Amino acid sequence: MAVLLGSDIPVGAPVAWDPTNEPVTPAAAVQHRPISGSVHSWDLSTGVDGPGTRFVTFLAGCPLACLYCHNPDTWKMRNGKRTSADEVVAEAAKYRTFIRAAGGGATISGGEALLQPVFAGELLHRFRHELGLHTALDTSGFLGARATDAMLRDVDLVLLDIKSWDRALYQRLTGRQLRPTLDFAHRLADLGTEVWIRFVLVPGLTDAPGNIEGIAAFAASLGNVSRVDVLPFHKLGESKWDRLGMDFTLRDTPSPSPQQLAAAREVFAGHGLMAV
Amino acid sequence: MTATPAEKTTSGEAWDGFKGGLWRDAVDVRDFVQQNYTPYEGDSAFLAGPTERTTAVWNKLLGMFPQELAEGVHDVDVHTPSRIDAFEPGYIDKDLDLIVGLQTDAPLKRAIMPNGGWRMVEGALNAYGYEADPQVREIYTHLRKTHNEGVFDAYTPEIRACRSSGIITGLPDAYGRGRIIGDYRRIALYGVDRLIEEKKADKADADAQWPTEEAIREREETAEQIKALGELKAMAARYGFDIARPAATGREAVQWLYFGYLAAVKEQNGAAMSIGRIDNFLDIYLQRDIDAGRLTEAQAQEYIDDFVIKLRIVRFLRTPEYNELYSGDPTWVTWSMAGIGEDGRPLVSRTTFRALQTLYNLGPAPEPNLTVFWSPQLPQGFKDFAAKVAIDTSAIQFESDELMRPKYGDDTAIACCVSAMAVGKQMQFFGARVNVAKALLYAINGGRDEKTGKTVVQGFTPIEGEYLDYDTVAPQYDAMLEWLAKTYVHALNVIHYMHDKYAYERIEMALHDRAILRTMACGIAGLSVAADSLSAIKHARVKVIRDETGLATDYEIEGEYPAYGNNDERADDIARSLVHEFMQKVRKHPTYRDALHTQSVLTITSNVVYGKKTGNTPDGRRAGTPFAPGANPMNGRDEHGYIASAMSVAKLPYDDAEDGISLTNTITPDALGRTPQERVDNLAGVLDGFMASDGFHMNVNVLDKATLQDAMEHPENYPQLTIRVSGYAVNFVRLTREQQLDVINRTFHGSL
Repeated sequence: MAVLLGSDIPVGAPVAWDPTNEPVTPAAAVQHRPISGSVHSWDLSTGVDGPGTRFVTFLAGCPLACLYCHNPDTWKMRNGKRTSADEVVAEAAKYRTFIRAAGGGATISGGEALLQPVFAGELLHRFRHELGLHTALDTSGFLGARATDAMLRDVDLVLLDIKSWDRALYQRLTGRQLRPTLDFAHRLADLGTEVWIRFVLVPGLTDAPGNIEGIAAFAASLGNVSRVDVLPFHKLGESKWDRLGMDFTLRDTPSPSPQQLAAAREVFAGHGLMAV
Repeated sequence: MTATPAEKTTSGEAWDGFKGGLWRDAVDVRDFVQQNYTPYEGDSAFLAGPTERTTAVWNKLLGMFPQELAEGVHDVDVHTPSRIDAFEPGYIDKDLDLIVGLQTDAPLKRAIMPNGGWRMVEGALNAYGYEADPQVREIYTHLRKTHNEGVFDAYTPEIRACRSSGIITGLPDAYGRGRIIGDYRRIALYGVDRLIEEKKADKADADAQWPTEEAIREREETAEQIKALGELKAMAARYGFDIARPAATGREAVQWLYFGYLAAVKEQNGAAMSIGRIDNFLDIYLQRDIDAGRLTEAQAQEYIDDFVIKLRIVRFLRTPEYNELYSGDPTWVTWSMAGIGEDGRPLVSRTTFRALQTLYNLGPAPEPNLTVFWSPQLPQGFKDFAAKVAIDTSAIQFESDELMRPKYGDDTAIACCVSAMAVGKQMQFFGARVNVAKALLYAINGGRDEKTGKTVVQGFTPIEGEYLDYDTVAPQYDAMLEWLAKTYVHALNVIHYMHDKYAYERIEMALHDRAILRTMACGIAGLSVAADSLSAIKHARVKVIRDETGLATDYEIEGEYPAYGNNDERADDIARSLVHEFMQKVRKHPTYRDALHTQSVLTITSNVVYGKKTGNTPDGRRAGTPFAPGANPMNGRDEHGYIASAMSVAKLPYDDAEDGISLTNTITPDALGRTPQERVDNLAGVLDGFMASDGFHMNVNVLDKATLQDAMEHPENYPQLTIRVSGYAVNFVRLTREQQLDVINRTFHGSL
């Protein structure tokens, strides 16, 4: 599938565009032209951003504005720090021995990682080939069209966040459309890329049986989904909304009960999916 | 189930079926273990739960703990200075105890051990509402000198000043130094008579030497060891056991070994009374009985459970000041296990699993301080079980077998928290620690104390100027550390001379070889505060605020600085150099008995007190705020998660801190993974990764903040809530409120 880098913003989805992300050519990739991106932060995590212990790079900027976002401070690309790929790779390299012994890899997350596809691709390529790490891409899939096939060849696992099956609810939750995410999911299935679906269970919002059922049936139809993470909605990010002077509308929404979580996982399991 | 009358058994029968020869001819427990233990590479499925008897005995004690906790102590015998055979036999329940023996004649009743110091005894008695026995007081204040009195006879005014300002704190100058591990296995393997014979041969050899001061001391010490072994035999006989002969069964092996340990804790109120590396040794006996059809798994587990119950109720009488420093009533019955043998076989047996299983059968507890020597080479079944136990109980600690084995061999045990030693071949002179953060303030203030304004160190001038200049501060700090190292080793030499003279560890040393390696275990506290302060001075601008007397009392930081704990060389290199430099300085000063200099980066819970005694520091820390524990980065300054933080700590050179480097991590369950199995896999992976990166020690707490907050409000609901602090575990509800808050405020590494 041919993708024109840097010009493939889906119709009706005007997003902040970073003009400094130059299109990469295969030659540029070979020569390792210095490339940089807007990085919110990096972190080491275990068991939450893909398998094992992982070096997670959070890229700044996101085209979605999810009501339950716990990292609203990553929405704006200009709030990130301009960082070269060399710097990020050098930082990750410090953990190569640890991660290889511990089991794990590197994850590109955000914000929305695919808002900076060239930078994300560069990092994935170098994590995989220079450092020999397992790579994961954590994305909403909304900008999935920006991921080149070459980039996806450097991805061992995609953590694909499907926030809602109900189209209207998706629009309400994120301010965007669901379609691009589903397209991306199909493309990953065609490529045979391993996918973990992530779904945030928000009581009163995403927990309608039909909504979960829709995602489960879709995920099961793909054939490349090896697990589903049903994530409980939490309010630990509330203070970030306050600090940013933004209105957190889910203040009174409760976290799901263990029973509600179990019921949601049951729906996925009913479609033969491993849900945790 | 009282003691059965001892049958006469020859070593031939006791050793029936055992292989190998070296250990028969000379005392060599390691050889015995290597020749006879059965490595176990399976999983935990074979383990047995608690018997009704075990639960009944433990419940009886559980019923006694709340009152002990409320009053500080359960009971004290104020009349009987403790010695090995001073008390009538005591039982938790005479009909139910399987492994017998208590420190005094009743459970939880504490003994007085005045040889370490009368002041500590009387202070503790008064604090808990007891009156000292006037006759005992008369003995220890007029007739019989104590270690504490000896030390203060030989301290210099300068050392006393350091002690009261808190730049050197926690010195074992008023109580037993501890951190000596008797090889208690020897009693079971050889019987006491054989050990006495060996010691008599040593004595005869010493008798033949020209009586230099050293030779005379050796004769006297060996004579004391022989007497102690005799008292040990007598003590066991009062419980109905003849331990002159070797143990012949699994139950006897546990009992004999425990009697040896019991003798030690009857006589020494040591800062840490560790038990060594014992599971594979005991396993040989238990396995022999199982193979012969004499013992079931449930019974084998029951012996270990009952033994562990005894280890859980070791008690010492200590002052509230001591408890403030090392809180939670710790005894550091550290039990070292696992690792890989020099021949490549894992040092894991079924009894290694059984020891960990006690945390399920009896519920979590801080003692014994179960310490797993971790190696990526360990069998997966054991890794998984150890990780699971850590996640479920937060009660075990992990130390790098890969770093220790090359230095000490594969029969190594930890004394206290992180101090490695070859069992029966090595001992240490415990040296507590100095405050390197306060030393930096002394450097800035030319030797004046930042809190009192008093001049503690002579011969220094204060640093001048509105801003601290790194090139000015660094050499002055270096000179201050020179002074500190010298004063410190001076104090330690005095302490250990007097301890040997007035409170010699007779029974523990009777269970050592004749020729032993002694280490002088120095230590530092405040590493992260000092390193961050230097980083701030070097990488940001630090403005000094002085009072009217010119004393620097506060600092303002302009700009940002890289902090230790982020795997950032700019800060980590400062921490690494500080450890190296201080070790070099310590090494310059000759030690008592030519002990080998070592150092630790460990605070236990004294990080709270050290913080209290230290003013504002140039890293932005406020006066009185607790230091980070051990080698931990300062709370909240590690911004990239606990692994990045651990990697900074892993850079500290073990060669310059052979007495151990302590790291404590507190993580929420979610931060290890989403399912129980995933958490186990991931924690085992994290330990593999840390040890592969040359990390030395990791305490792992897997807890929710909310649980701890609730436990503070409702301690009665959490009698067994156990958490790891620097180097050991404590009952959370036994911590002071300040320490509880410190634990809660310390970075909770969770996911967001």
